[in-house]
Amino acid sequence: MKCEDVSKELIAYLDRRANSAERRDAEEHLLACERCRTRADEFRKLWAILDEVPIHEPSFGFDARLRQRIAAEPKPRWFQWLVPQPRLAFSMALLLALSVWIARLPQQAKPGAFASAPSEDEQFQMIEHLGVLENYDLLSKSDVLAEVPSTPGPQSDDQQNQQAPDDGGSL
Amino acid sequence: MTRSDVQLMLDVKAGDDESFNLLLRRYRTPLVNFLFRMVRDSATAEDLAQEVFLRVYRARKQYSPSAKFTTWMFRIATNLALNSIRDNRHRKMETSIDAPVDDEESAPRELPAREMRIDEHMVERDRSEFIRRAITSLPEKQRVAVLLHKYEEMDYGEIAGILDCSESALKSLLFRAYETLRVQLAPLVAQPVRHGAGEGRAS
Repeated sequence: MKCEDVSKELIAYLDRRANSAERRDAEEHLLACERCRTRADEFRKLWAILDEVPIHEPSFGFDARLRQRIAAEPKPRWFQWLVPQPRLAFSMALLLALSVWIARLPQQAKPGAFASAPSEDEQFQMIEHLGVLENYDLLSKSDVLAEVPSTPGPQSDDQQNQQAPDDGGSL
Repeated sequence: MTRSDVQLMLDVKAGDDESFNLLLRRYRTPLVNFLFRMVRDSATAEDLAQEVFLRVYRARKQYSPSAKFTTWMFRIATNLALNSIRDNRHRKMETSIDAPVDDEESAPRELPAREMRIDEHMVERDRSEFIRRAITSLPEKQRVAVLLHKYEEMDYGEIAGILDCSESALKSLLFRAYETLRVQLAPLVAQPVRHGAGEGRAS
């Protein structure tokens, strides 16, 4: 162990708070190093010297002055027991708000569900056009039908006239 | 049977003011003593000690015994002392702008050069004052560490908690502080140890 390493543990060794391994390391180093041994002896003397400083006592009126200051402290109000801690009050309010919100959830869903339910007439019309509705997916997704003009009405007279010579020509 | 600090504080929390008086009697001297060694002014030390007790009293309803009572109390005291020292330093800096340079108050409160004036110094002031000044000349954090280690006999963990540092950093801090004191007080260290002295904790 080097002098720099032992210096950190020297105080703990001298005040008998080092663990057994630290104590053994320090003792080994102190046996081998006269400089650190001298320093350790001087630390022991220093601590004895520091004990010579007299204790500074508080003045005679210290307690009385403190009691006066405590007496002048604002007294707790009668309603303060209701809210012992702001954090607790906030937690309670949050819990209450959450409970109300959860309780209201089913009530909000019901009116919506009734409003979207079809009436008897609407149900009858749906059944009446059920064949069309059943074929709707097939019709809308057919690629062949996509080439047909989107407004398939009765063809105009011009178109019929233009097609007629072609038909004849081909014959 | 003597009630522990934590038990007394829990009783204060329950509304027993007599338990607070017991805590006051138990810790007023160590606290005033610690603060006096920090700020070097009797009136300021007492004001700060009163403020510590007042804060403990105000916090009684929120008290939970998560930390040692003395650690909590000395942490408050340390913060108040360091703030007071910084405020005082600022005040002195402001007032010293117009003050004469050779004013006694504005003179640096450092120890004289050991080789040159130590004998004169020892004649002028008594031995304990010389030691006290050596402690006061330490940097603030080192001073707190020495006072809590040497005089309040706190564990490394407690002191490290108060100073917001690791135990390893505290050991280095203490070594540097004691090394500085060993050099500053070398004339006393070189003398034979006085009979009966040095029976404190860190010895």
